[in-house]
Amino acid sequence: MSEHSTAEIRELLDSLYRVDSGRILATLIRLLGDFDLAEEAMQEAFAAALSLWPRNGVPDNPRPWLISTARFKAIDTLRRRARFDASQDELARYLETQWNSAEESNEEASVEDDRLRLIFTCCHPSLPPEAYVALTLREVCGLTTEEIAKAFLITPRTLAQRIVRAKAKIRDTPIRYEVPSPQELPERLDAVLQVIYLVFNEGYSAAAGAGVTRAELTGEAIRLGRLLTELLPEPEVIGLLSLMLLQESRHAARTSPTGELILLENQDRSLWNREQIAEGVALVERALKSHRFGSYTLQAAIAAVHAEAESTAMTDWRQIVALYNQLVRIQPSPIVELNRAVAIAMRDGPEVGLALIDAVFAHGELANYYLAHSARADMCRRLGRTAEARSSYEKALALTQQEPERQFLQERIRQLK
Amino acid sequence: MKYICLGYYRPENVENMSESERNAMFDECFTYDDELRKNGHFAAGEALQPANTAMTVYWKNGKVAVTDGPYAETKEQLGGILVLEARDLNHAIQLMSQHPAVKYGSLFEIRPAADLNEMIQQSEQRRRTSVAR
Repeated sequence: MSEHSTAEIRELLDSLYRVDSGRILATLIRLLGDFDLAEEAMQEAFAAALSLWPRNGVPDNPRPWLISTARFKAIDTLRRRARFDASQDELARYLETQWNSAEESNEEASVEDDRLRLIFTCCHPSLPPEAYVALTLREVCGLTTEEIAKAFLITPRTLAQRIVRAKAKIRDTPIRYEVPSPQELPERLDAVLQVIYLVFNEGYSAAAGAGVTRAELTGEAIRLGRLLTELLPEPEVIGLLSLMLLQESRHAARTSPTGELILLENQDRSLWNREQIAEGVALVERALKSHRFGSYTLQAAIAAVHAEAESTAMTDWRQIVALYNQLVRIQPSPIVELNRAVAIAMRDGPEVGLALIDAVFAHGELANYYLAHSARADMCRRLGRTAEARSSYEKALALTQQEPERQFLQERIRQLK
Repeated sequence: MKYICLGYYRPENVENMSESERNAMFDECFTYDDELRKNGHFAAGEALQPANTAMTVYWKNGKVAVTDGPYAETKEQLGGILVLEARDLNHAIQLMSQHPAVKYGSLFEIRPAADLNEMIQQSEQRRRTSVAR
């Protein structure tokens, strides 16, 4: 126990909340068997810490202290409710007996599993997919409803309702609090990875200056990626973390001080974050070695080739095309085809690229995808087909609302006039 | 964050209860209020006297007018307000969902408190400038 002022305690608790609330909540949900009761008990435990720690000192192990305090608070709550609802008393008694046995077998492994249980519960197939992100960010990352709503540009009311409904579904179904079986794991893990990458992309594509909160989403996604890598080091988990780190490494070089988008070929590569690149590259190598990797690892490998090149001209486009060839095989999609066409254009010239892009367009799926028109425009521009280039840039412009992208496209159109 | 909870009830519901039913309801509600207080969630709260005690002040034909009322047209009447301290909107919803009054037919409108600090600062700025002139 050590002495601290209330202000220091408040700061300490804020950082504990930030770092550990997901972990504490995850364990409490297992111990109490109820999301709401667990959350409420955790809030109370933090409040109790704020009033007790300045007087009694900070416990040597704050986390177990908070968990055990929350447990007692939960039993207290049930006891109080039992005065009006007898069934609550049984529950309180049950929890108390369970307690003592839990105390003895409180091994670190099951606590770590709790966090996995929580992540998989938040992304459970019985829940509506639009609830995944909201629940994961609130329950696992400890963000508030208002913060999440702001980051995703929806009203707190809509988001709150999603969370309320999802929790009711968890309680009423009931959804078991568990890590999926090995048979289910690939599919269930895929849903979790999708959520993490969605959170990342939401932050990554946020316009510069559109608020700190959106940019923080990339940080949250990377934090989730790290957590999952630590708990469940499957190749694709590692691949996704690598992909996010490699994309994030270009953060400082992606936009000009005035908020304009800077394309990869024009970025000042000295601004790339070498530390993130080194970590990303090491991770992707680890994932590739497993020979069980999938699309995230391949995308990370492509990002790694870019990250290690000194310039667009010095980039190993042959290797990038080879990686896209693999990616097209395991994850055939018009967007991957488009990216592959762009890479082939870098290797073999814009004429080949344009033919490939037009072939993708011929399937009709990318007609409303602004990047497809923008890529086509770029090929035409490089081939000197000015009128065609301008018309494609204009189509792209009509399809995007994001301000940096719009500015970039408008500038290209202006240059072609 | 502070959330203002407006509690609405149906007077006839309460009137139709027996005394012991009413007491049970009050005991349960006050117990829960105490719980909120103890956990630091109850920032402030007041119960209101019935709507027929209300008076209204407003502007009419260039001067202040005062009337009785308004008499409630709806079956639900505002019975009290509670200022709730909660971590976020879902926490506020969760705390109020457990309020026993809900089970007895009351409903709570939960509204996040508005942060007027910036508006007030701007206003102070305007007032300072006009005094300086």
